[in-house]
Amino acid sequence: MSTVGTAFEKAAAENRAVLIGYLPAGFPSVDGAITAALVMAEAGADIIEIGLPYSDPLMDGPVIQEAVHRALIGGTRVADVLRTVEAVAGAGVAALIMTYWNPVDRYGVDAFARDLAAAGGSGLITPDLTPEEAGPWLAAASEYKLDPVFLVAPSSSDERIALITSVSGGFVYAASLMGTTGIRDLVGAEAAVLVSRVRQHTSLPVAVGLGVKDGQQAAQVASFADGVIVGTAFVQRLLAADDYEAGLQGIRDLTAELAAGVRSGRQAD
Amino acid sequence: MSEPTSDVGQSPDPTGHFGRFGGRLAPEALMSALDELTAAYLAAKADPGFRSELADLLSGYAGRPTLVTEVPRFAALAGGCRVFLKREDLAHTGSHKINNVLGQALLTKRMGKTRIIAETGAGQHGVATATAAALLGLDCTVYMGAEDTRRQALNVARMQMLGAEVVPVKTGSMTLKDAINETFRDWVSTVEYTHYCIGSVMGPHPFPMMVRDFQRVIGLEAREQMLKLAGRLPDAVIACVGGGSNAMGIFHAFIPDESVALIGCEAGGDGIETGRHAATVVGGSVGIIHGMRTILLQDAEGQTLQTHSISAGLDYPGVGPEHAWLHETGRAQYRAVTDVQAMEAFSALCRTEGIIPAIESAHALAGALQLGPQLGTEAILLVNLSGRGDKDVDIAGRWFGHLGDSADSEPGGLAGP
Ligand SMILES: Cc1ncc(COP(=O)(O)O)c(C=O)c1O
Repeated sequence: MSTVGTAFEKAAAENRAVLIGYLPAGFPSVDGAITAALVMAEAGADIIEIGLPYSDPLMDGPVIQEAVHRALIGGTRVADVLRTVEAVAGAGVAALIMTYWNPVDRYGVDAFARDLAAAGGSGLITPDLTPEEAGPWLAAASEYKLDPVFLVAPSSSDERIALITSVSGGFVYAASLMGTTGIRDLVGAEAAVLVSRVRQHTSLPVAVGLGVKDGQQAAQVASFADGVIVGTAFVQRLLAADDYEAGLQGIRDLTAELAAGVRSGRQAD
Repeated sequence: MSEPTSDVGQSPDPTGHFGRFGGRLAPEALMSALDELTAAYLAAKADPGFRSELADLLSGYAGRPTLVTEVPRFAALAGGCRVFLKREDLAHTGSHKINNVLGQALLTKRMGKTRIIAETGAGQHGVATATAAALLGLDCTVYMGAEDTRRQALNVARMQMLGAEVVPVKTGSMTLKDAINETFRDWVSTVEYTHYCIGSVMGPHPFPMMVRDFQRVIGLEAREQMLKLAGRLPDAVIACVGGGSNAMGIFHAFIPDESVALIGCEAGGDGIETGRHAATVVGGSVGIIHGMRTILLQDAEGQTLQTHSISAGLDYPGVGPEHAWLHETGRAQYRAVTDVQAMEAFSALCRTEGIIPAIESAHALAGALQLGPQLGTEAILLVNLSGRGDKDVDIAGRWFGHLGDSADSEPGGLAGP
């Protein structure tokens, strides 16, 4: 079975970046999201982030908010999220859950880690949990061999980067800019600077997220980062499509384009 | 104003925890801003220049100290005890919110930032923020749930008159909690030149501590005023609790006075048993919302619940972490006051004393009507009248049937045709 670590190793051996795709569980339906994630896996995503829908997603822009809102109205539960992870992991692709902290806290950190591991999940990406408050999660992650993926931001001080990288597992999530999720025309030089700052503190892979929308940007990010994270652009394909089948085709096409992008980035140098 | 000698004021711990509550459960992108804010606030607090500038604004602009008024005709309805009101309704802009906002706006300038943003529910905090921004020459954007911009249209106009941009928030439940989410989203992108002037004792550290400190002037004044007017401390201090800032403001100076009961009145809406309420401490459980560990209204999977209250200012599913702590340690007690009980108390104060309270504050008045008879005629109650009712004339007028046709006079309903 693929893990986050082996996905990065394999990509490094091929001199390319990994492609990490995000989709929220439960959108447009639980099974619809599972199928979409499997399409993404088949079309070339190396790692898949499954979003756990939450009522107060304060790091997300309008597109992901809308999808998550619909997932919640549709009655998506934690069990559905775990089932989605299980399907992705079963297809041989590393699956992480991206979640705000309250649902995990409520479920019980240890129980959540146990059930995630049982579903074949690789770890958690936690946009509103920093190392200072992560004690119980770090203990559970080490017990169940899960990767605790934390974010660093352009505003993070070197001290904070040192702290965050010291407890991170799997990879470090570098937010390319100051802002919420959503596509941007430019994924700035800020991201390259941040990645090199992170590298001074850790040998873990560094993946860049926030803003990436197409193959060209993926290639650009792949030239300096170990991974490219794409979320909103995928969700947008599902939201904007005339019907679900067209949405799936959109996911397939975008995955292929991005997968080509993460492979061309290094040659560009 | 003299500082109390007790060290309760030392809470929270350096990481912002009140017992197991509080802390910072917020995006990494905000951590340096929160560190910067903490350092700037602590430096300002220690700076006599900052303190005197704020004191001058509070006395020369906001109208402090506010009065304490004894209300004997109202007290007769509370079992014949003595009732005193701390008159935050007389502060500039009509509520206690101005105390906090002046402090944070001064701090914004001190940090060299040029813009303040805020969330608002009823609109009182938004109006106070727009006011301070006008006074100090700061750009101002206020986020308000689309549902609330409709319920509180007059306050939207007030903010606009003061030069603020008001952004209706159409996501989620379109009320206060969603306005807070949207303000955080703005802040993450603009933190370099923007300060988030949070409206209550909530959010990630240092907000709960800082807002409490800016509001504690209420209790410091009231404690001295009660000693002068009544010759002793009150038996109970009663305040309404939305996020909890007026309550923390009046409670804090009394925390060391063990003989003084601290009573928080939450919005019971249609009644706790109906599930349509906003009584967080009474009906909630421990979890995380808006950057803090606290008590909140959530479902079994940690999703925030919809709240209901006739009072937009109390219509919030969380509560400041220091309240969660005061509740857990037993130092304060919390009770739920229904819409009906609050409106009875609202009417009672209007008719016995000629004071129209904010509907938020009417929840505290209802608490006094309930508690007075239990404590007996010797008892002295101090109620925080956190705001005045001008903003609520439309809703209250409809509730009591003075406005609108009867078909449209559903409590809390919209303006008529
Ligand atoms: C008059 C008044 N009282 C109370 C509140 C509730 O806030 P807090 O609990 O922070 O005092 C509000 C909020 O809008 C208000 O306008």
